[in-house]
Amino acid sequence: MNLQIVMLLGQDGLTNGAIYALLALSILLVFTVTRILLIPQGEFVSFAALTMAAMQGGTPVRLGWLLLALALGGVVMDLYAAYRPGGRRRFAARALVMPVYAAVLAAATTLLPLDGIGAAAQAALTVALIVPLGLTLYRVFYQPIAGAHSLVLLIVSIAVHVVLVGVGLLMFGPEGARTEPFSDSGLQLGSVMLNSQTLWVVAVSLLLIVALYLFFGKSLYGKALRAAAVNRLGAELVGISPELAGKASFALAALIGSLSGILIAPITTIYFDSGFIISLKGFVGAIIGGLASYPLAALGALFIGQAESFSTFWASSYKEVIVFTLILPVLLWRSVSHKGAEDEE
Amino acid sequence: MTMAKLSNTARILLALVPVLAALPLVLPTYQITLANNIGIFSLATLGLILLTGVGGMTSFGQAAFVGIGAYTTAYFAVGVDLPPVLAWLGGSPWSGLLVGLALTLAVAALLGALTLRLSGHYLPLGTIAWGLSLSYLFGNLEFLGGHTGLSGMPALSLFGIALDRAEGLFYLIWAVLLVAVLVTLNLLDSREGRAIRALRGGQRMSESMGVNSFRAKMTAFLVAAAFASVAGWLYAYTQRFVSPAPFSLQAGIDFMFMALIGGVGHVWGAVIGATAVTVLKQGLQDWLPHLLGRTGNFESIVFGLLIVALMQWAPGGIAGWLAGRLGSHRRRNAPAVPAAADPLPRRTLPKPGELVLEVQRVTRKFGGLTANNNISFTVKAGEILGVIGPNGAGKSTLFNQLSRVDTPTSGEIRFRGHAINGLTARDMAGAGLSRTFQHVKLLPTMTVLENVAIGAHRRGTKGVVAAALRLDRDEEARLLAEARRQLIRVGLGDLLHVEAGSLALGQQRILEIARALCSDPCLLLLDEPAAGLRHLEKQALATLLETLRDEGMAILLVEHDMDFVMGLVDRVFVMEFGQRIAEGLPETIQTNPAVLEAYLGGVE
Repeated sequence: MNLQIVMLLGQDGLTNGAIYALLALSILLVFTVTRILLIPQGEFVSFAALTMAAMQGGTPVRLGWLLLALALGGVVMDLYAAYRPGGRRRFAARALVMPVYAAVLAAATTLLPLDGIGAAAQAALTVALIVPLGLTLYRVFYQPIAGAHSLVLLIVSIAVHVVLVGVGLLMFGPEGARTEPFSDSGLQLGSVMLNSQTLWVVAVSLLLIVALYLFFGKSLYGKALRAAAVNRLGAELVGISPELAGKASFALAALIGSLSGILIAPITTIYFDSGFIISLKGFVGAIIGGLASYPLAALGALFIGQAESFSTFWASSYKEVIVFTLILPVLLWRSVSHKGAEDEE
Repeated sequence: MTMAKLSNTARILLALVPVLAALPLVLPTYQITLANNIGIFSLATLGLILLTGVGGMTSFGQAAFVGIGAYTTAYFAVGVDLPPVLAWLGGSPWSGLLVGLALTLAVAALLGALTLRLSGHYLPLGTIAWGLSLSYLFGNLEFLGGHTGLSGMPALSLFGIALDRAEGLFYLIWAVLLVAVLVTLNLLDSREGRAIRALRGGQRMSESMGVNSFRAKMTAFLVAAAFASVAGWLYAYTQRFVSPAPFSLQAGIDFMFMALIGGVGHVWGAVIGATAVTVLKQGLQDWLPHLLGRTGNFESIVFGLLIVALMQWAPGGIAGWLAGRLGSHRRRNAPAVPAAADPLPRRTLPKPGELVLEVQRVTRKFGGLTANNNISFTVKAGEILGVIGPNGAGKSTLFNQLSRVDTPTSGEIRFRGHAINGLTARDMAGAGLSRTFQHVKLLPTMTVLENVAIGAHRRGTKGVVAAALRLDRDEEARLLAEARRQLIRVGLGDLLHVEAGSLALGQQRILEIARALCSDPCLLLLDEPAAGLRHLEKQALATLLETLRDEGMAILLVEHDMDFVMGLVDRVFVMEFGQRIAEGLPETIQTNPAVLEAYLGGVE
C-alpha cells in the first residue's frame, strides 16, 4: 500500500462517509423528534437514485403513482378521522393539495420525455417526488400510532421498509442502475486527482449541514422541532402540533435521503434494495453518537466510511462484517458507562 | 393431578397430542413437509414470544441464531472438513446439537451483555447489524461452503431409529416443539418468570424489590436463542442441506412477523403465526406473480401492510383476538396455592430500640436546586417516624436516596450500621429495606398474588432450569404461600386471583405494602400509603402498622393525612423547601410555630 492507494481509499471513504453522515443526521433528527427509528430512510436513497436513472435511461418513472396512492390513502384516513363517530366533522380542502400535486406529478413524469431535460432538472424533479413521499409515509403509517410504545413504532418501521423494498422491486425491477456523473472534470491536488463527484458530495453535504444548523438554530420552525424533540408534551401545550413536527421531520429526512441518492448514484450501482445497507451505515453512525449527539453521529459516520473503504482493500468480501462489527466496541463502551434500570413508556 | 386442576394451555397441549399423532397417517408427504417447516418456524418464533411478547424486547437476529444451529449441525454431520482435534465429534447428530447450542448461547450472551443494559433500541439495531454480518459470513467462509452452502448431510438417526422420511421427522419436530411450549409455560409460571414478566413497564419497581432486571432480560434472550438453535438443528436435518439464504435478516424479520401475526402475548401465538404466515406465503407466491405479471419477493408487500394494519387495530394478533372472544384470559393466570407450605426462613430482626437507619447531613442538589439540605435523623427498630411537609418539600427525593434509586450529593446514610454508598436498589432490598411508591407501580395484567410474590423474589433461589423442569415447585409453593399470608394480613385475602389493574387505587396501595412485607424487611418506607383510602380502610392500615411496629419493624412514613399521622407515629420530622424545620413528638409538633406557619401561613 503506497500513498497513492491511501489517498484513493481515503477519497472513497470520504465520499461514502459524507453520505453516511447525512443519513445519520437525518435518522437522528427523526428519532429525537418522533421516537421513530426511520429504517425506511434507505429507501429514499435508492428510490431517488433509481428514479434519476430511469429518467436518464428513458424508462418509465413510476414513483409518482406510489406517491399518488399514498396521498389518496392519507385523504381517506383524514376523511375517516373527521367523520367517524366523535370526529370533528370538518374536512379542510387543504388536505386535497397533496393528491392533486401527486396526480399532476405522476401524469407529468409519465407523459413528458425526461431524458433530455438535463441533470439539474431531473434532480429537482426527483426531489419533488421524494420529499412529499416522506410526508405521506408519515401520515399514512405513523401518524395513527404516534403515541404508541417505541417497540411498536420500530416494528412499523421495519414493516414499512419491507413494503417499500417490495414496491421498489415492482417499480424499478431487479436490475441495478447508475447515473451519469455531474461533470467530468476533477481537481489535481499534488499527485492525487480528486474526483469531481467527491467534491460534489463533500460540498453538498457541508451545505446541507450548514443549512440544517441554520434551520434548527435560527428559524421558528426549526426551534419548534427542537422543542418537540426535547419535550413532546410541553411542546404540544405551547401549540406545536406533534403531527406537524412528525411530518416536517419526515419531509426533511426524505429531502436528505433523496439528495444522498442523487449524489451516490453516479458512484455506486444502486439496486432496489441497496438503500437499506447504505442507511444502516448511517444507523451505525447514529449509534456511535448514542442516538443523541449530532456531531458524534456525523464523525462516527465519517469514520465508518473510512473503515469500509480500507477494509475493501484488505478483506473485500468481509467489509460489511467489519463495518457492522464496529458497533460492538461502541455498545460495550455505552453499556459500561450506563447505570440503572429504567422503564420506557 | 386431575383434569380440573390443569390450566387451559395444558388442556390444549393434551388435546393436540392425538391430533398431531394422527396427521402423518392421513396427510400426504407434501403436507407433512409443510407441517415440519411450520413446526421448526414455530419453535424459533416461540423464542420471540418470550422475548418480545413477555419481556418487551425486540430482536431481528432469531434467524441468525437458527443459522448457527443449522450450520454447526451440517458441519459436524458432514464431518469432512473437521480439524483433527474435533474429528471424534464428526457424524454424530448430538455433537451438532450441543456444539450448536454452545456457540449460539455464547454469541447471544455477548450480544446481550453489550445491548441489554441500554435502552430498548439497541437490541433490535444490534441484532439487525449482527444478522446481516452473519449471513455475509456464511456466504464468504470457505469451510462453510460459501454461497453454495453445505450439502451431502446424512439422514438423522437417533438411538438407532432412522428418521430419513418426513413422517419420522414430523414426530420429532412436533415433540420438541411441544416440550419447548411446556418449558416456556413452566418458566413463565415461576420466580424467574415473574421477573421476566415484570420487565415490561415494571423494571424500576422490580429492581427495588430485589429483582435483577438485566439478568431477567438475559435469561429471556438466551432461552429464545436456545430455541432458535434447536430449530436450526431440526432444520438442517429436514433439508439435509444448508445455505445462507434461510438465515438472512429477511428471515429474522419473517420470524418477528410470525410472532406478531400469531399473537405475541400467547405461547400458542407462535404456532398460529408460523402456520398462518407459511400457508399465506405459499398462496401469495402462487398467485401474486400472475397478478403482477412478474416474479419476485412481492408477498413481503402484503405481509408488511398486514403488520402495519395489525399494529394499528389488533396488536394482540390472532391469539389475542381469539382470547378476547373466548374470554380465556380471565382464568389464565391462577396458580394454585397449596394450603400448607413450610414458611420461608426469616432474617434476624434488629432488637427493639436498635438503630436501623441513620441519615447524617444529607444534601441533594439538582443543578441550582437544593432538594434536600443538610438533613439528619435516625429511625430505630420498633418505631414509626412520620415525615411530613408541604408538596415540594423534598420528601420523595429523600426516599429515593434511602432506597438507593438516587445518590446524595453529600452526607452519609447508614443502614443497620453500614454505609450504603455504592449499593444498588437491589442490594438495599436484600439488606432488609423495602418500600412502596407514591405513584403506584404494579403490573396490571398479573394477578394480585403474583404481584405480591415479586416482593419475595430474593427469598427464593431456584433458577431457570429448575423452573423449566418443575423442580422449583416446593419453593414456589412457599413463595406463593408467603404472598398469600401477607395479602391476608393486609386485608386483600379475597382478591388473590384478580388482575391487579382492576383494584381500586386504595387497594393497590395496600397491595404495595403486602409486596414490601413479602421481602421480609426490617425497615419499611411507605410513601403516602393512606392516600385514596376510605376511613375504615385507614383505621385498618393504622392497626396493621401498629402491629408491625410492635413486632420490631422500623417504619418511615410519608403522609399528608395529619389525623392519620398524628394518631400513629412515635416521632415526626417536618420538612419545608428541603430543610428540616422541626422534629419531635406529635403533640409538640402540632403546636410548633414554624410548622404552623409552613402549613397554615404565618400569623401577621
